[in-house]
Amino acid sequence: MNGQSVQGREPMSRTGANGAGRSGRSSLRGWGGVSAMVAVCLLALAAVVVPLLCGSVPDEVGRGALLQTGSGLAHARQAAADDSCTNPAASLRPSDATGPAVQRIKNRGYLIVGVDQNSYLWGYRDPGSGQIIGFDIDLVRAIASNILNTSTPKIVFKTVPTNQRIPAIQSHEVDMVVRTMTINCDRIKQVAFSTAYFEAGQQLLVPRIGTTITGFDDSLTGKRVCTAAGSTGEVQLQREPHGSRIVLAANQLDCLVLLQLGQVDAVLTDNALAAGQAAQDPQVHLIGEPLTHEPYGVAMNLADTDLVRRVNMVLQQYTKGGVNSQWMQAYNKWLAHNLPGVSGPPTPLYKD
Amino acid sequence: MAAKTPASLRTAWAEAADRIRAASSTEPGRLRIIGAALVTLILAFGAVTAWQIAERSSAAQSVTSSSEPLSVDAAEIYRSLADANTTEAGGFLAGGVEPSAVRRRYQNDINTAAQLIAEAAANSQGSSAGQNQMQLLGNQLPVYNGLVETARADNRQGLPLGGAYLRYANEQMSGTLLPAAQKLYQLQTGRLRQDYSSAESLPWGTWALGALVLGALVWAQRRTYRRTHRVFNPGMLAGTVAVGVLLLWLVVAHTVAREDLADSWDHGAKSMQVLNQARIDSLQARGNENLTLVARGTDTSYEDSYQQEMATLDGPRSGTAPGGLLAQALSLADDSAGRSPVQAAVDDVVQWRSRHDVANRADTAGDYDTAVADVIGGTDTSGMRVTAASGQSFDSVDSSLQRAITHEGIEFQQASGDGRKALTGLSVGAAVLALLGAAGSVLGIGRRLSEYR
Repeated sequence: MNGQSVQGREPMSRTGANGAGRSGRSSLRGWGGVSAMVAVCLLALAAVVVPLLCGSVPDEVGRGALLQTGSGLAHARQAAADDSCTNPAASLRPSDATGPAVQRIKNRGYLIVGVDQNSYLWGYRDPGSGQIIGFDIDLVRAIASNILNTSTPKIVFKTVPTNQRIPAIQSHEVDMVVRTMTINCDRIKQVAFSTAYFEAGQQLLVPRIGTTITGFDDSLTGKRVCTAAGSTGEVQLQREPHGSRIVLAANQLDCLVLLQLGQVDAVLTDNALAAGQAAQDPQVHLIGEPLTHEPYGVAMNLADTDLVRRVNMVLQQYTKGGVNSQWMQAYNKWLAHNLPGVSGPPTPLYKD
Repeated sequence: MAAKTPASLRTAWAEAADRIRAASSTEPGRLRIIGAALVTLILAFGAVTAWQIAERSSAAQSVTSSSEPLSVDAAEIYRSLADANTTEAGGFLAGGVEPSAVRRRYQNDINTAAQLIAEAAANSQGSSAGQNQMQLLGNQLPVYNGLVETARADNRQGLPLGGAYLRYANEQMSGTLLPAAQKLYQLQTGRLRQDYSSAESLPWGTWALGALVLGALVWAQRRTYRRTHRVFNPGMLAGTVAVGVLLLWLVVAHTVAREDLADSWDHGAKSMQVLNQARIDSLQARGNENLTLVARGTDTSYEDSYQQEMATLDGPRSGTAPGGLLAQALSLADDSAGRSPVQAAVDDVVQWRSRHDVANRADTAGDYDTAVADVIGGTDTSGMRVTAASGQSFDSVDSSLQRAITHEGIEFQQASGDGRKALTGLSVGAAVLALLGAAGSVLGIGRRLSEYR
């Protein structure tokens, strides 16, 4: 758990240029910083992603604008790297036709789903009953009921480690993974995603009392911020450390242990997972605005197009009905208390 | 005054030398000198023997009464810490509230460790390295216990955070406490080894001095025979016999003691070290087997550690069994009573490994409840009672190793006790025989001197 610490020393005015330029840190000062910024602006313009970017040199950028600059640039780089991927969350149109993949599940009589047992409120094993429950699991039950056409479907939950999610799908070890999995441009080349069923974002979790941290800004100077190794949070912190020291843990829940023990001052993670942490400790809460937009999707094998369409159809029904939809019921049951302010599911996007 | 002292010293030396030179010009004078030299040599031999044997005897004494018990205590600290950690991880698998037997066993382990750490700190006159380890253990044990209590409280409320706390506590245990306990154990066995070598070191000086004394006595008697043509001088003969007996006693007793001590090291202390290591290794393997399921599929690191520890314990999977520490323990066991519990442990480990595979297959197939039942017992998903849980195999391994350790402990006590007893009375005997020898020589020389009056 003693992840390596990275000392962040860059003043805020330079971090934008720094993250964007991705070249030598100390060389990006003065005119060097400005010209790097201009170069990146041109790149971003060429990709036609974030027009907002240009027309400001780092010293004049306001705090909020700088944050958008950071994530905007990330999108710009992705877009430049892969022109076809402008909207990874776009999926196949829904259909209830039974193809080979759906038939395979029907013949087998049960659905095999890769889940997490450690994400409180999303997918976790209740130590009392021994059952796996959560927001993700409610969705799994809806999908299984539809495919197997019964109100008490048989489901085999397989716990898959984070780094085994994609291999497990590719080898058909599981039919699908429903495990707070973010849809992004890299992953859609390896697995197929349903439409987005939730939109999360990186956000800061801090103690309610006795902290001087006000948000993802210079109030982080000199503070120790914990994030899971290899997570989006780590990338975000390395890009804009705001003078904080990064502490890496094996998994996001380990960060809450460190926060409670006073070994770190804040945790940066998905607000969806952070809400699960806040639910386990009423003395911590989320602050500031989400730094990124991360749509969650149900991941399936690229070949199982009929299954993807079927799941999208289930999602369409699941999210239908406004405040009385099954989606809203699940949200109110699991998330509303610790992740308030969500009015409904993200709008589904289709690519065909 | 200061200037005079060296001058007067020189004068005193010169006077003594003159007197000796004068004395050596007459036969009675020469006899007096020879007598004085013999008495000095014999008494010196007796004194050196008494001193060197007392030293070895006290080293042998401290093997049995101090360094071995301390090393056993250190092993027990090490074991109870590992046992506490393993027990707690097993308790978590049982659900929201751990069974009372688990809680009791954990509490006993913590109490034992705390008590032994306090005792070791109190009676250790040892190195600063040992003190550092004990201080670290004393400081970190309450911290560890606090983490476990937090984990329990969270687990009771149904929070996955409890599992995260337990994993963190496990990290403290395997990253800080167990290495400190291991270092302490190594320091104590190092001291034991040191006591052994001081008890076993050969008293070369005493042997050489004894031979020199005997030679001097023979020479003096030969000289008397040349001058008087009397074959025996009873006084000096008696002195020679006394010195000869002492030298023989010294050589035989110390050789016997060495043999016994070497035996107690090879078949007691060394076996016990290997067996203790094997026991702690099996405890850690069991802890990781439990944590694989507590961690609930987060990653494979616990399973990897389990496989590694089992390989250390019993050799690689593909190799011919037994290997590793258990094979070492088997080859160190010198009789069937020592071999049979180790052999039982070997068989249990084979069974444990195959049962672990069953549990692991259930876990990877997504059948968590069956996997848990396969590991700690209970009912599986289909409601069947699992009778072949890997926990039972582990318990058999643990009790077999415990039996083997007890057996080797008894062997050790016997052999090292014999070794210590072999030296009994030698120090006192050396003093008595040396006095006898000196008296005989004085009488013998005195008898010759009387002939000149």
